[in-house]
Amino acid sequence: MNQSEWPLWEVFIRSKQGLDHKHVGSLHAADATMAVQNARDVYTRRLEGVSIWVVESKHIHASNPDDSEAFFDPAADKVYRHPTFYEVPDSIKHM
Amino acid sequence: MSATLPETPATSVPAAAPNQLFPFVLQLADTSLILAHRLSEWCGHGPVLEQDLAMANIALDMLGEARSYYQYAAELEGQGRTEDDLAYLRSAVEYRNPLLVEQPNGDFAHTILRQFLFDNFHYHLLRKLKDGPNAQLAAIAEKSVKEAAYHLKWSSEWVIRLGDGTDESRKRLDKAIATLWRFGSELTTPTATETALQEIGVLPDYAALLTEMQAHTEHVFAEATVPLPAPVFAQLGGKTGRHTEHLGYLLSELQYMQRTYPGLTW
Repeated sequence: MNQSEWPLWEVFIRSKQGLDHKHVGSLHAADATMAVQNARDVYTRRLEGVSIWVVESKHIHASNPDDSEAFFDPAADKVYRHPTFYEVPDSIKHM
Repeated sequence: MSATLPETPATSVPAAAPNQLFPFVLQLADTSLILAHRLSEWCGHGPVLEQDLAMANIALDMLGEARSYYQYAAELEGQGRTEDDLAYLRSAVEYRNPLLVEQPNGDFAHTILRQFLFDNFHYHLLRKLKDGPNAQLAAIAEKSVKEAAYHLKWSSEWVIRLGDGTDESRKRLDKAIATLWRFGSELTTPTATETALQEIGVLPDYAALLTEMQAHTEHVFAEATVPLPAPVFAQLGGKTGRHTEHLGYLLSELQYMQRTYPGLTW
């Protein structure tokens, strides 16, 4: 690793209690404490959040786009896996 | 600047207080305004995007706090001057900010140490003011203490990282300490005005404040592996209007628009 570059961190913000953390972007920071502080300054200036998670980007393992046919296409014709036969009451939010 | 403060509840401050209160509130206002301006000079020049934003955020917090104090000061003075008149149309010798906050930004370590010295005082003062007998100051402090708590956390974490970071960062922090330490004591050296307010209980005893500040400094410097600096001769004067040459240059930029286009609004 280039010692003059801070590592990259992925930032997840929970916008309010009860919701899950959502990925909002990334930033550079020297360590986890500073990453949380930087995330506060960069991503919660306009009341966007009540909780912050950060994880160093190198710890995220992603699926390979070359695998997308094998990974995702087989689900396309299995309509019976969707719970489309239930009616969701209006009072249930965030489904 | 057009918003006004919420209705002031009745205060239990003794009747003699307003005479001392006006210059003191002005001192708080000037201090926040001048430091806000210094921090705003970093905008677009920060070492990294994240810290550029952090400093601009803190500058805006301090500017908001300054406005509240200026509005209250204008009300206390009762001479028809507005917050803008007080902020933009006084000369350098009329400003009451301590010397520390008018010192130039220097490098990042210099700005961080200046901020740390100020935040440590500011946070502990606001914690006392928010429970103090003056309702207006208590209301402003109640709002600002949350911001100041973050400022102190931010500057403390940076002192730790610069001190315990690389040879280069440590060298720069040491240089900042050598330059700025002499300005720290003015914050807790009461003027005649502050002493008078302490006697009637509007202001906390600075000796007690200093104990809390020192405990925090010791904790942060220990983590930063930086030995506590030996006491140095204290540079005083800003709070009584005797400033360093830097304030004049700062004000010529800060006041330019109002001086050139009097009464300008947008």
